[in-house]
Amino acid sequence: MNTEITVHVDGAPRRLTIDTRTTLLDALRERLGLTSPKKGCDHGQCGACTVLSGGRRVLSCLILAVTQDGAKVVTAEGLAAEVATAGGEREDGDLHPVQQAFIDCDALQCGYCTPGQVVSAVGMLDEFARGWPSAATPGTGAPRLDCAEVAERMSGNLCRCAAYANIVPAVLQAAAASTGPASGAEVAR
Amino acid sequence: MKPFDYLSPTDAAAAVRTVAGDPTAVFLGGGTNLVDHLKLGVVEPDLVVGVTDLLSADIEELGAGALRIGAGAKNSELAADPRVREWFPMLSDALLSGASGQLRNMATTGGNPLQRTRCVYFQDITTPCNKREPGSGCSAVGGWTRNHAILGASEHCIAVHPSDMSVALAALDAVVRVLGPDGERTIPFADLHRLPADSPERDTVLEHGELITAIDLPARPIARRSAYRKVRDRASYAFALVSVAAALEVEDGVIVDARIAFGGVAHAPWRAHRAEEALRGSPASVRSYRAAADVELADARPAEGLDGGNAFKIPLLRRTLTATLRDLAREDAR
Repeated sequence: MNTEITVHVDGAPRRLTIDTRTTLLDALRERLGLTSPKKGCDHGQCGACTVLSGGRRVLSCLILAVTQDGAKVVTAEGLAAEVATAGGEREDGDLHPVQQAFIDCDALQCGYCTPGQVVSAVGMLDEFARGWPSAATPGTGAPRLDCAEVAERMSGNLCRCAAYANIVPAVLQAAAASTGPASGAEVAR
Repeated sequence: MKPFDYLSPTDAAAAVRTVAGDPTAVFLGGGTNLVDHLKLGVVEPDLVVGVTDLLSADIEELGAGALRIGAGAKNSELAADPRVREWFPMLSDALLSGASGQLRNMATTGGNPLQRTRCVYFQDITTPCNKREPGSGCSAVGGWTRNHAILGASEHCIAVHPSDMSVALAALDAVVRVLGPDGERTIPFADLHRLPADSPERDTVLEHGELITAIDLPARPIARRSAYRKVRDRASYAFALVSVAAALEVEDGVIVDARIAFGGVAHAPWRAHRAEEALRGSPASVRSYRAAADVELADARPAEGLDGGNAFKIPLLRRTLTATLRDLAREDAR
């Protein structure tokens, strides 16, 4: 059963005629040629397909594309432009602070899970800046971002190379660079 | 995946009429479980009806200390709501102990209680399963039972309900608001899920076409001192082996009242009325907590299986309840 949808992907409206069975992940990869969201497990267990939809991190393998008509979707490829839109000029090759932190901290080995990790970290840092708690947050106060908080908040992104020892510092580095005092949240270094 | 039509009606009444009129039609909420089942062939609808955008996502106050949660409210938003964190901490704890950040951003208040068991045999269409295919047999009986029930199971099904949120809602006396073809009705949350008996294909008492529109939380001052404790095979992003939602009120060293429910041990969130009754009037001591656990677990029946069975869940749940109540009593003493 075919349906026509328009999805705004990485800043551009994309009109598609899709089978209702198509996941957002398959629409991005197979129809739009955007292969940064990866198909790891295809069952919502690994996080490699993570994208932002409506500004929130979600799993594109468990979303039917037909439900995304009119939605604003950002993949790892579109992250740098998001920052540029918010902060001014952008040049080709510019990186999002989370992407730069992953490079600085050598937070990957094979790299397959990395686009999902990076997008998930961007979404997670926004949640943290809003004061959202996690299972690692004690009491009802504002959370403080430390290793335990990052590990808990990023637990939906598996890394088969087990680069976690460098992913956690990368996320903390990006958080320290982007967390303003106004958020009420605090980053431990 | 079998082809299906997709509709997204503009109001709940139209969605209910549409699903009620087609025996294979299904509602689609956050999709975190249903989309997986479409891929696995566990469900094969002719029609999928999207409802997330037409349901309220608001969390509104119903008088002092009470809340109405729209069925469209995302699990992540609900867990972060300051009123939920202050008035019903066990609910925020339960939500945050479940799934991952991405999944909580997708999963809805109405959909979470209707997620289906993660029994591996239920999700594998090549194995017999009475829940997926009534009368075909239960592959879990005598199979891999680590994640299966110790309370309220039947010879036809030993699956457990996977939701953490539902365990807290059962303990909090929540009320489910439902819209069906014949109008609205309310169901006490603790009555929403069924035990398997001889019809494990029915997870809940909802009729085909009935849609959860909201969940109400009555004021429960006792719940301000409450917690959700989950024991699992890895530190995060795993389903419960056992879990405990508990609230405790202690005065002068004596337990005045308690609210307790268990997760990971039955086909439904298990409200522990007998343990609650045993605790009322007892001294706030580890001895009382253990005795209450023993009363509630007197009828527990572990499953035997290829993996050595799940008898370990009985002492594990006893210790988890004891530790949860002990910590709450300490908090109460401060």
